[in-house]
Amino acid sequence: MDKKWFITNSMTFTFILLGLVIFLFIIVPLLKIIVTSDPQILLETALDGEVMRSIGLTLYAALITTVIGFFLGVPLAYLLARIDFRGKNLVEGLVDVPIVVPHIAAGIALLFVFGRSFAAGKAFHFIGIDFLDSMAGIVVAMLFVSVPFLINSAKEGFKKVDVRLEKVARSLGASPWQAFFKVSFPLAWRSIVSGSMMMWARGISEFAAVIILAYHPMIASTLIYERFESYGLAYAQPVAALLILICLISFILFRLMLYRGQRT
Amino acid sequence: MIQIKNLCVDLGDFLLRDINLNVEAGEYFVILGPTAAGKTVLLESLAGLYPLKSGEIWLRGNEVTRLSPERRGISIVYQDHVLFPHLSVAGNITFGLKLHRHPDQELTEVLNWLSHLLGIAHLLDRRPDTLSGGERQKVALARALSVKPEVLLLDEPLSALDPETREGVQRELRQLHNQLKITTIHVTHDFEEAVALGDRIAVLGDGCIHQTGTPDEIFRRPNSEFVARFAMTKNIFTGEVVVKDGRNAVFHTEDVELVVVTDLRGKWHASIRPEDILISYEPLHSSARNSFCGTITNISNKGAILYLTVTLPPDFICLVTRHSFEEMGLSEGKKVYITFKASAIHVF
Repeated sequence: MDKKWFITNSMTFTFILLGLVIFLFIIVPLLKIIVTSDPQILLETALDGEVMRSIGLTLYAALITTVIGFFLGVPLAYLLARIDFRGKNLVEGLVDVPIVVPHIAAGIALLFVFGRSFAAGKAFHFIGIDFLDSMAGIVVAMLFVSVPFLINSAKEGFKKVDVRLEKVARSLGASPWQAFFKVSFPLAWRSIVSGSMMMWARGISEFAAVIILAYHPMIASTLIYERFESYGLAYAQPVAALLILICLISFILFRLMLYRGQRT
Repeated sequence: MIQIKNLCVDLGDFLLRDINLNVEAGEYFVILGPTAAGKTVLLESLAGLYPLKSGEIWLRGNEVTRLSPERRGISIVYQDHVLFPHLSVAGNITFGLKLHRHPDQELTEVLNWLSHLLGIAHLLDRRPDTLSGGERQKVALARALSVKPEVLLLDEPLSALDPETREGVQRELRQLHNQLKITTIHVTHDFEEAVALGDRIAVLGDGCIHQTGTPDEIFRRPNSEFVARFAMTKNIFTGEVVVKDGRNAVFHTEDVELVVVTDLRGKWHASIRPEDILISYEPLHSSARNSFCGTITNISNKGAILYLTVTLPPDFICLVTRHSFEEMGLSEGKKVYITFKASAIHVF
């Protein structure tokens, strides 16, 4: 498409203006919080043991969440992409529910299952896992709100894989497992990875559902919230800036990796 | 070799029902049917890739109806070839062998054998998306043959190719089959393709098999209106192409000699479309090389057009418009001349 011709079009021009507004709305607060932070204070914050622990905990918990989501979500995504059954729309709709419910309510709902006085909570307590004020609680809260991103992305990835590729593989002697691992899975891999990235990112950014189950140990968002409440904006800002920086850098790196993978 | 008994397959909006076929070992069997007649699904159900509603499939005397596809020894080549896009050509061809951890030496042998057989040795490192249609076709064939299947299923193998490539591939398929003698089931909607390749043909339509027989039986004695629609409107002859007077190619049948334009020599088929034949009462002085005198033995009225059978012998089906038909006052029993160009004859 000829760019010059395209821009002289009045509709395109209007859309560019409108697009610019929303783009600036997204980018300005993010840049401002980083730019207005004193590098000295930012460095001190980064070396603050409590901050480091909480950011480390956040990234780590989100990673574990993503791994669990991967093993439980990819099979469901594959089934939803491949098999038609009655009530499939309902299942697909329900999988999306965690995205649309208020996350504070999601946290309360989780408490009703994983709290010590409820069945699942009791069962896990029996094998030594407690969800209140623990790493397990953080993971459960993150998993609930973030796994739909992985499931949906993987599902779209599997849908794009021609079923007949699996059929050819089967006719050449592949078992259903081999057809999955040698054909469908590698071909849907990019979608699964980008879904996992989204899931990980969504896990890192979760706050409301997490604090209902586990205020302690403090994830980064909880720490920012506590510093804001107790000491004010000046103390919350550097932690917030640091978290945003880390997320931005990881995302840029991920995107680059994915882009490279696409080119080769 | 393959027996299909009372096969019934649910296709959603219609059924394939009472399909009974018996394909002999080493036979090239063609299933001919219009587009969307369920031909692909029929092949998939033979390979165990589509669930049956009822019926039985027997392979070499063993029932395989409920056997999983990887144990049947039936390979399939789809119309658009569906190569594995994440693997190289070599990776595609050796896919089936690698599943069963064959030794590297065997992989190399099979790869060598197939790449030379199909003339794709220079493509082995390429990615499928960089190949032409004809090349993809060959890779898909090589992939299907790599596991030494008992039966090869071909789903419209020629229709995704451009016309020039198609004739070449059609000849290669025939040669390949003569060489390997592998039992082949080929589905197509193209009558000429079916005649050129098939040892026998089954005509599929409206969910059932209408007729099974040799190409000759199908186009000489169609048993129903449906089969006739495929066959009757065509003039297809079996014969031999020879060179006469050192330059002209001539197609010999038992009864007639046609001047043709082709590089082929030997036993082939020739066809001419009914609308390419001119009808006159007197011999025409024209550039057309083929002119014969015959008798109108049948008139089939299709409204605005009519099909005339002109018997020399053999029978030629000719198309005339109602306007010419009435103007010329044609009727059964009249002697007419039929004239057509050498280039209007398709040799295949």
